[in-house]
Amino acid sequence: MQVSMTVNGSEVSGDVEPRTLLVHFIRENLRLTGTHVGCETSYCGACTIHVDGTPVKSCTMLAVQANGANITTVEGLADGDNLHPVQEGFWERHGLQCGFCTPGMIMSASALLAENDNPSEDEIRHGIEGNLCRCTGYHNIVRSIEYAAAKMRGEEPAPPDWTQDFEGATA
Amino acid sequence: MYPRSFEYVAPSSLDEALAALNDHPGAKVMTGGMSLIPLMKLRLFSPPLVVDIGRVPGLDSIADGNGHIAIGALVRHAATASSDAVASGAAALAQAARLTGDVQVRNRGTTCGALAHADVAADQPAAALALGATMVARSAGGEREIAADDFFVDALTSALEPNEILVEVRVPKAGAGTGSAYDKLGRRGGRSDYAVAGAAAMVTMDGGSVSAARVALTGVGTKPTLATATADALVGTDGSADAIKAAAQHAAEGVTVLEDLYGSVEYKTHLAQVYAARALEAAIAAAG
Ligand SMILES: Cc1cc2nc3c(=O)[nH]c(=O)nc-3n(C[C@H](O)[C@H](O)[C@H](O)COP(=O)(O)OP(=O)(O)OC[C@H]3O[C@@H](n4cnc5c(N)ncnc54)[C@H](O)[C@@H]3O)c2cc1C
Ligand code: FES
Ligand code: FES
Repeated sequence: MQVSMTVNGSEVSGDVEPRTLLVHFIRENLRLTGTHVGCETSYCGACTIHVDGTPVKSCTMLAVQANGANITTVEGLADGDNLHPVQEGFWERHGLQCGFCTPGMIMSASALLAENDNPSEDEIRHGIEGNLCRCTGYHNIVRSIEYAAAKMRGEEPAPPDWTQDFEGATA
Repeated sequence: MYPRSFEYVAPSSLDEALAALNDHPGAKVMTGGMSLIPLMKLRLFSPPLVVDIGRVPGLDSIADGNGHIAIGALVRHAATASSDAVASGAAALAQAARLTGDVQVRNRGTTCGALAHADVAADQPAAALALGATMVARSAGGEREIAADDFFVDALTSALEPNEILVEVRVPKAGAGTGSAYDKLGRRGGRSDYAVAGAAAMVTMDGGSVSAARVALTGVGTKPTLATATADALVGTDGSADAIKAAAQHAAEGVTVLEDLYGSVEYKTHLAQVYAARALEAAIAAAG
């Protein structure tokens, strides 16, 4: 079947089987491999992209369902060489270790902050409830998103207090 | 991991969709795809034809009507969860939608899809049952209404015929003195994911006593089930903490409680009592 959609601002099209998952269309046809495939069972969120502005799991959508949609993947977030505040936050606050979950985390976080640029820690943790990380323990991911939120509000992010964050873990 | 090959149509009208279902035995309706696609990827389901009704206009609204709230087939969990009309008129359903899956699942999955799918541990079916909702099913032959009490038949089995589409669910609006609530223990701890067990309750208070109550359990058996013994024990009491506790002890009475991967019969029976009490307490508080 013929599908066409807008991905990161460009019109794209392709010929797919109905069973082609959107994530495979993005990775294999469009060669945009920033979007990851983790669990393949709809749980981990590594495949999260924005479809018409909302975060969804692209392993649980058919490419044909996205016909005509406006899609943003992690490759579409930065503005040229300027990283999106969430990308910058993950860099500044060590929000990743192996990095496998990171594209999905960043897509969920950027959608959360687009709606609410001053979330509480609780709101941040709930905002990434559909994204699993096996490495970081989530702590620095939350700090990264807090950094991005401050940036998006036009504030200077508070300097990190690593000692406080890890107090108790070293005793 | 991808499904077996299938044919796909995305009709632009309900009549076309109904005709496709009628003409192709074994065809499956798809709305959000959040249950259907995972099952097809696991190849537990391999329908020859998928009828995606996601592009049918007119099915994506929540209508705040006279006496009831009508939720169309394409209303997503996120919309049900954040609707003021649902929150004030049918709070248990809004709470159940809020506790369904995660952000991404709620952005795709639909309330009607969750009802039609009839998972043993789903959230919104229990809420729809406690609230006494009515399902509106359409086929090429016409329309019929199915009461929630008759809708949930067995595990993953609703009263819908294979050629029928659930076009909307109608939930009675809570009148003065009526409140409802839903709560669960999720499989990943807290409230995330499908319910190990959960309960929805709707209570009407009249002059300081409980005049009507409905309690529905999820996760304990093969389908959402009314805890009639608890509801009966509560009616006529003052709805106090003691009365709730006493009534909730009967939650699993007359209910077939089954062991599964997430808990024994004893544990599920205990959770049924705990969550029936919590849902009742919140419903009575909301009844004001
Ligand atoms: C990671 C994950 C976590 C989840 N967690 C939960 C949870 O905590 N609680 C919970 O309750 N659910 C949970 N779900 C399931 C989710 O709620 C689904 O959205 C829902 O079960 C199905 O809705 P859908 O619109 O996606 O339907 P689909 O997946 O499109 O369809 C599901 C089934 O229902 C039928 N169907 C759908 N709509 C109609 C209709 N209008 N008329 C007739 N038949 C129809 C289909 O033919 C199919 O058999 C989870 C799903 C995932 C992937
Ligand atoms: S790969 Fe899509 S949720 Fe894990
Ligand atoms: S950084 Fe490795 S899974 Fe999150």
